[in-house]
Amino acid sequence: MKPSMGKIIGLTGDEAIAYAVKQCNVDVVAAYPITPQTIMVEAFSQYVHDGEVDTEFICVESEHSAMSACIGASLVGARVFTATASQGLALMHEMLYAASGLRCPIVMGIANRALSAPLNIHCDHSDMMGSRDSCWVQIYAENAQEAYDWIIQAFKIAEDPRVLLPVAVNIDGFILSHSMEGVNTLEDDEVKGFLSTRKADLKVDPDKPITVGAVCLPDYYFEVKRQQVEAMKEASEVIREVNKAFEALTGRRYSLIDTYGVEDAEAAIMCLGSTAGTAKAVARKLREEGLKVGVIKPWVYRPFPTEEIVKATKGLKALAVLDRACSFGAPYGALCSDVASALYSSGKTTKIFNGIYGLGGRDMTPSQVEDIFKDALKAAETGVVEEPVKFIGVRE
Amino acid sequence: MVALKELTTEELFTSGHRLCAGCGAGTNMRMALKALRGPTIIVNATGCVEVASTIYPYTAWKVSWVHVTFENAAAVASGIEAAYKALRKRGAYDKHVDIIAIGGDGGTFDIGLQALSGALERGHDFLYICYDNEAYMNTGIQRSGATPHGASTTTSPAGKKIPGKPEFKKDLIGICAAHGIEYVATASPAYWNDYITKVRKGLEVEGPAVVHVFSPCPLGQRFDPSESIKVARLAVQTRYWPVYEVENGKYKLNIKVRKPKPVIEFLKIQRRFRHLFQPQFKHELDAIQRWVDENWRRITRLCGEEIP
Repeated sequence: MKPSMGKIIGLTGDEAIAYAVKQCNVDVVAAYPITPQTIMVEAFSQYVHDGEVDTEFICVESEHSAMSACIGASLVGARVFTATASQGLALMHEMLYAASGLRCPIVMGIANRALSAPLNIHCDHSDMMGSRDSCWVQIYAENAQEAYDWIIQAFKIAEDPRVLLPVAVNIDGFILSHSMEGVNTLEDDEVKGFLSTRKADLKVDPDKPITVGAVCLPDYYFEVKRQQVEAMKEASEVIREVNKAFEALTGRRYSLIDTYGVEDAEAAIMCLGSTAGTAKAVARKLREEGLKVGVIKPWVYRPFPTEEIVKATKGLKALAVLDRACSFGAPYGALCSDVASALYSSGKTTKIFNGIYGLGGRDMTPSQVEDIFKDALKAAETGVVEEPVKFIGVRE
Repeated sequence: MVALKELTTEELFTSGHRLCAGCGAGTNMRMALKALRGPTIIVNATGCVEVASTIYPYTAWKVSWVHVTFENAAAVASGIEAAYKALRKRGAYDKHVDIIAIGGDGGTFDIGLQALSGALERGHDFLYICYDNEAYMNTGIQRSGATPHGASTTTSPAGKKIPGKPEFKKDLIGICAAHGIEYVATASPAYWNDYITKVRKGLEVEGPAVVHVFSPCPLGQRFDPSESIKVARLAVQTRYWPVYEVENGKYKLNIKVRKPKPVIEFLKIQRRFRHLFQPQFKHELDAIQRWVDENWRRITRLCGEEIP
């Protein structure tokens, strides 16, 4: 393994994504500004206006048109990127399904933010969770480094002929989007070597006329959706392959899930995004005190890493699954529901409970995380879950 | 203007599609494709033409054709245009590609207006054709921003109290021309050489162009399928549908209707206006005639013409 000789650059999460996109030789970016994604489009505009990229940047008049333009560009064989957050993703919602249904390998950066009403510009995952079933590959980064690394991998995953699905790379709004870190970057040539120019075997070509986006009535629609199910399944294996290739280039290991200390843990916390960093820090402290706790962080939320999660929870007696979004009226938040399904169908009896936290950007403090670990350890010891859904840090 | 013998005999919009008998939109599509000049991609908004011409696994289009959703044909076209700029830069495609976005009046006047405005403002090199049958015909004749005053639709029915649509038609050309684009025009399939010439002109312009073509609809405007072109011709001859163009901001009247027929000639053969011919709604017919006269004066004035 030959680690990359790229520079370490101070970048916010948004800037890290823009920098990665700059290196990925993207043909078209169509995007609309929205807090806390704005820095991505601002930084990228600067690259365009300074002549650092050849990309056609379309400053569209809405997120709906952003995704529409991305779909058009992607269908004719271009490599395409966009970025948004919150209301923007909600406005795009219709087009997310069109993008995946038309098998457009678009990559999108999302700076996760709460949905109105009431208006709130801070982090939670209700935006992406609201579009959970749109057949996008969904990745959550823990920090700016991961955001940078996943963007580069995302194009390779999306454009793989076995997948041909769009990929969303999520970063926590403000917590990651606006926080600066040292990011290990690759040289431009290294990215170019890793990610060749998009080769679209199937595309809209004016010289070989085809019809794309025809009406599919009950006699064909179902088969189209069934193929998307298969593509999503294939994506798991493609992601594993791309992760291996990326590790060979950078020395940085990625997978469908990230784990910390679960090998000998009795209780663990599972969560997405930046909160996993806090959870790992707290787990480290508790482990030093002799408590057997661990952390599971799905990097990839769709396709859901059932196999990896079942394996990672093998020795666990209790698991606290944290959701940064409500699924109103559902038994649990979305992540916890998925975990419960995965564990149930594998016959596991690990005790699980759900913590809903951080809505509208409310902080999740280390002491709160510590309390959750202790609740999980208690459930592991007694075999009893006292409260199946806890709301963390809210005035009741 | 293009002459009949100059037109290609090749049919790029083929028969076998499932548009209604007498549908003007099908005629409009067939004619528009006679104006093509090279590699072309069509972006079709959801609507009559789209659903009736591409029921999987069939297609009536012999040119590359894309449908994404209803309100975004202009935005999809923007993306395609930008993509070809990028592909040319990296040597992946070297020819010019003509991009035509097509939408009905619902997809253009109403739900697609924002996407159209955005694309016009950004200056993408594409042609937008609005085939205007003056209501949401695909979903079963609901009123749109293009439906004329008094017309009965399923959401502006001829009621006992309110006789059809109270509002007047939106000025699409005025809105498009206000973007300062190089070419905007109206057309009618009854004047095929004017229409086809305008489609070609719209393609030749470097930048956005809009052609707004009247689309007779036997089912929704309610007339015999054999009378589509007659309706389209009467629309022009009554001055209901002035045929003009705006080139680099300069208005030009293409069809000078010197001896107009009264607008009731156009109204009376369409059953969507039938209720207005009851004596108590005489004032509505007068109101439509006044609108036609005023609109004609406004447009001829813009064209620098005096045709009373």
